[in-house]
Order: sequence, then structure tokens, then C-alpha cells
Amino acid sequence: MSQSPYAGSAETAAAVSAEPAPTPAPSPRRSRTPLGGGGALPGRKRFGPESVFRALSTASGATVLVIIVAIATFLLVKAVPAIRSDKANFLTFKDWFPDDPVNPRWGIAALVYGTVVCSIVALTVAVPVSIGIALCLTHYAPRRLATSLGFLIDLLAAVPSIVFGLWGRDYFFYPVRDFSAWLHRYFGWIPLFGSDGPYGKSILLGSLVLAIMVLPIITSLSREVFRQTPVMNEEAALALGATRWEMIRMAVLPYGRPGLIASVMLGLGRALGETIALALTLGSTYLISPDIIENGGNTIAANIANKFGEASDTGRSALIASGLVLFGITLVVNVSARAIIYRRREFTGSLA
Amino acid sequence: MKLQRHGILAGLTLTATLALAACGTDTNTSPATGTSGGSSAASAISCASGKLTAQGSTAQANAVAQWVKDYQTACSGADIAYQATGSGAGQQAFIAGTADFAGSDSPLAAADQPKGDARCKTGPAIHLPMVVGPLAVVYNVSGVTSLQLKAPTIAKIFAGKVTTWNDPAIAADNPGATLPATKILTVHRSDSSGTTDNFTKYLTASAAGDWTFGHDKTWKAPGGDAEKGNDGVAGSLNKADGSIAYVEWSFAQANNLKMAKIGNANGEFVELTGEAAGKTIASAKTGGASADDLVLTIDYNTKEPGAYPIVLVSYEVVCEKGNSPDTLALLKSFLTYTASTAGQASATKVGYAPLPDSVRTKVASTVSTLS
Repeated sequence: MSQSPYAGSAETAAAVSAEPAPTPAPSPRRSRTPLGGGGALPGRKRFGPESVFRALSTASGATVLVIIVAIATFLLVKAVPAIRSDKANFLTFKDWFPDDPVNPRWGIAALVYGTVVCSIVALTVAVPVSIGIALCLTHYAPRRLATSLGFLIDLLAAVPSIVFGLWGRDYFFYPVRDFSAWLHRYFGWIPLFGSDGPYGKSILLGSLVLAIMVLPIITSLSREVFRQTPVMNEEAALALGATRWEMIRMAVLPYGRPGLIASVMLGLGRALGETIALALTLGSTYLISPDIIENGGNTIAANIANKFGEASDTGRSALIASGLVLFGITLVVNVSARAIIYRRREFTGSLA
Repeated sequence: MKLQRHGILAGLTLTATLALAACGTDTNTSPATGTSGGSSAASAISCASGKLTAQGSTAQANAVAQWVKDYQTACSGADIAYQATGSGAGQQAFIAGTADFAGSDSPLAAADQPKGDARCKTGPAIHLPMVVGPLAVVYNVSGVTSLQLKAPTIAKIFAGKVTTWNDPAIAADNPGATLPATKILTVHRSDSSGTTDNFTKYLTASAAGDWTFGHDKTWKAPGGDAEKGNDGVAGSLNKADGSIAYVEWSFAQANNLKMAKIGNANGEFVELTGEAAGKTIASAKTGGASADDLVLTIDYNTKEPGAYPIVLVSYEVVCEKGNSPDTLALLKSFLTYTASTAGQASATKVGYAPLPDSVRTKVASTVSTLS
């Protein structure tokens, strides 16, 4: 049974961490020889580096919880009074007029719709391409090319989102506009491409920019996952007469599936929270329509970026309330990702 | 290692180039800011020295910046700072006493007027109309070089009731013109702005039947494309055939946008010029708490021949009496310049319209009585 070194080491690591618990703790005195024959090892001290480090790492672990709880509390405290003062239904109203002095009305319907649709379209484009790139880098490209290509992909992840936004608004705009016209011409019977122009800053433009932004994340994670495939499995598949594609389908993809799901979920997290690139490339109108090439569209994060500057007190609280909704959405996404990975945990060592 | 280093360099260069290029296309250079009204301006300025702090409206920021430049070029001892923080913030700063005067697109609200008066101790806070900013209705339709629109047609377009350029409503305003069947894309502001407020005020006053969304700083009609700031709107217009938008005049000029002639209540289609916009201001009613408080009520339906109806007036809010003795001399001297013909002419270079003489002389005489 030859496991990959990665999975093997994960197993032993788990075993090591599980071991000390059942063994009786050695007495604090140094004189007695500890169990296991480690004669030269010092005994446990009350205030040694051991306990200090343990306290430090426990505190770091707790910090995560404290931060999450603090953010959730802040959002709740600010959002609840705002939602109370809303004259329209917060969940179903689609426009955003919280600054109206007499009749403040706002709702997240269009924003949630835009956030979800943008992310779905972006992932639909990005995931197949990313998997393709990752497979190419791990199984097809010559090693030297793969190294430099992989480096370029990582470089793409380092480009700040404002640059993607400006590029999308000022350059990528034109090809997408023409592409939208082409889509409508040949596929106009599909409601997705129903708009008959003029084309411009649409959900399609925002999603494509977003797809380029999540591409490096999904690619580099799935590349790592595919690299972990046990060489024995691959060679066995090839030895049984599988072609390279069949080998990938039978050995690489099933082995990497949980990791793949994890990487897609990370990409989705990025897509849901992406702010400034979408603030620049979406039409910023509150629109609920199946048509993705129509002008308009807005997401929760982009709306916060666009409106926070001149918002009144109510407006600011309303934006924070929308932030709470986004927080909830990402929570649901992450929990369901965990659930999927947990169900398939037999495939993986430590990726979950 | 070597490869990586080169890659980083290449990446940095690429990023920098992209960022710079993106900035480049968006730059909005106001025409002729460099050549401020040197000699003509200097003659109208009688120098005072000191330090003046002001803030407020972004709509008049370019004009005030131009005036400050003129003034400080002529007078070395003067230090004038105007922060474009928005009308509301400017009013609050004036009331709190941190601004010597405030630039504001709207008069002090009834609730704020007593606070302003209290800040001035011995005299009331008054409004001086100083900057006239016409709004242009700009369009980008290939094959159309001249366009005339009446208020109800504009309202129908921006409300989404008219959706193609060859709609009978548009054709009726443009007899004899050939209009394409292109779809209309309306562009409006995504941020809250005085420009939107004034434009929708005009639509509410002149096309009540077709414009049912009222006036507000936030755009309330459905559809279209939303852009941040005047420059965002102007930039977006250049990119989409069939689009129409409203921007401040200076941005229309700086971006070489085609401006529609607007039908006024006198039945003419008027091209946007400083003089035509001034006629609407001249026909505005002045009213306020006192004779020196020059709050203007614009009549968007003025019957004045040759008047361009879509205009914005921006005020300076000052203390009539009770100014701090440290700043009074400079305040009077600076406002005297801005209300002079030379000052108003200087503002036209950055896209504003001059105050008509009937209003300007009133403002100038009020400035001379400040104490």
C-alpha cells in the first residue's frame, strides 16, 4: 500500500496528535525517566516554553472566534434599527432610497439577486477554464513551461482589483459589448440574452471580469490538488491501457474532487465579496431580470462602495444591514462547502 | 530565481502601465485652466492679506478654484482655501464657525437659518448667488449631429417611455431630421448629487405630466445606466451609441460631447450658451429674509426669449454683519472680485455661465456692505 507522501504524512500527523491524550501525563518532576525511553528529554515544567506556546496558540485560535463574533455583533447592532426604520420590505423591495428624509425605503432584493447571479456566471466561466489550466500544468505541459505558466497565474492573483475594474471599464468593455450583440443575434431566443441593446455595463461584463479574478485562485488550488494524486494510481491506470484523458478521468479527478470543491468554494467566496471591480464594471442600477446582457445590475458589496461616501446616517445603517445579509450568504456558502467536503472525507487527508 | 525576478519586474511594469493608462482616459481637463485671467483679473482685484477658510458645494468648486488662483496670483499675502466637501457639509461648517463662508447649491433650510444667524452674532447669514452652472443634455447617436428636445420629450426619454431614437415624440421635436432606430440608453448619476436634484427639479416643473418621480438628489426613475460623478457619466456616454445623459456644462465641453438644444416655454429651441443661461437667472425672482439676502427662485418655465432653462445656481453663504475682523478685509476683497465682471468672465473659462448684470450688480453692492 503506497500512499502519496502527502496523504501518508497527514495520517501520521493525525496519529501523533492523537497519541499523547490517552497516555498518562508524566509527573512534573525531572528526576523520573519519561515514558517511551526518551532518557535525554527534559520532563514537563510548569512554566516552560511548552505551556507558554500552548497558551499563545490557544489565544490565536480564540482570536478568530472573537473577530467573527465582534463583526457579527457590530453588523447586527447597526442593522436592526435601520431595518426597523425601513418603510418598505427590506427583503423584497428592490430599490435603494434610504436618504429620503420623509419616506426612507430600501430593500436588498435586487442586490442579493445581482450578487448571486454575478458569482454564478463568473464561476460557470472560471471553473472549467481553471481546471483545464491546472490539468495542463500538472499533466500535459513540459516542466519548464509549467513552472513559468504557474508563476504567471500567481501573478494574476496579485493584481489589485481596482486595476481589474479600470481595465474592465475602459478596455474589456468594448469586446464584451460586441460579444453581447453577437450573443443576442444568435441566441436572443434564450431569455439570458434577450436585451436588444445598446449594450454596455452589464452583469455579463462584471461576471467576466470577476471570472478572470477568481481564475488564479481556483487554478493554483486545483493544481496543488492534482499534484497530490498518487503516482501509483496514475501509473496503474496507464498500465491498464488507459489513455491520458482516461487516466485523468479515472485517477486524477476522483482523487482531487474534494479539493476541487474546496477551491471552487474559495473562489465563490472571493466572487461574493468582490467590491471595487464590480462597482466599476456593473451598471449600478437595481435590476432583477434574467437578462445578463442588459445594462445595469448591482451587488451588495459594490453598492456599499458606491453609496457609502455620501450616505446619511440612515443610508449608512442601511448599507451595514445589507452587509449583514452578505455576511449571512457567505456563512451559508462556507458551511455548505464544509458539508460537501465532510461527506467525501474518505478521499482526502487534510484538505478539509 | 532569475526568472521570478524578471517576472516580478514585468508584472510591476504591466500593473503600473494599466493603472496609468486607466487614469489617462478618464482625466477631465477643464479647458484653459492654465491660462488664468492674468492681467484682466488682476485689475479687478484690490489686494487684502490674511487667511480665509471655506468649504461646500462641489458644483462650484472649479469656479472657486479658478478665482482663488486668480486672486493669489495677484496678491501674494492672501491664503484662501476652499474644500469641496458638499453643500450640506459646507453649511454645517459655516454654522459651526469653522468656515468663513460656505458654498451651497441650496439656501439654508428653515431650521438652519436661525443657527446661521446666531453664528453671525450681530447680523443675519445671507445668500449671495455667485455661480451659474448650466446643465447640458448630452447625447451620442451616430448619424445625429443636431438634436432638439422639449421638456416633455426629455422626461419621457429619462422615464423610459420613449425607447428608440426614431420615436414620434423625438421626431416631432426635430422636423425634417433623419433619426436612426437605435435603442436609447439613458445614463444617470449613481451617487447623490445636486446635478440630479436640479435636473429633476426642471423636469418636475416643466414636464409634470410625463415626469412622476419628483425631484431628489438620488435618481429615482428605473432603468438606464448609472455612473459615479459627472466625469463617470461623460465617460460612459462616449462609449455607447444611442445614449443620452445630463452633465454640468463644463464636463460637456471638456469631453466634446454633443449638446441638445432645449425647448423653452417661449417655444424656441435654445443652444446652451452662457448668455442664454444668464437670461433664465435674470428672470428668476429674488427673495429672502432681507433685501440683501439674495435667494433666487428659478422659473424653469420662463417666457424670456432666448433663455436656456436648465440651470443651477450656487450660493456663497456669508455673514452680513459680525464677521471676524481678521478675515473681513480679505472676505470682502475676494467676494468683490468674484462678483466683478472680470471674476465672472474668468469662471466662464472653466465651464460656468456669467451672472446676468442685473443680479451681479446686486450681489456686488451687497458684498460692499459686509461688515
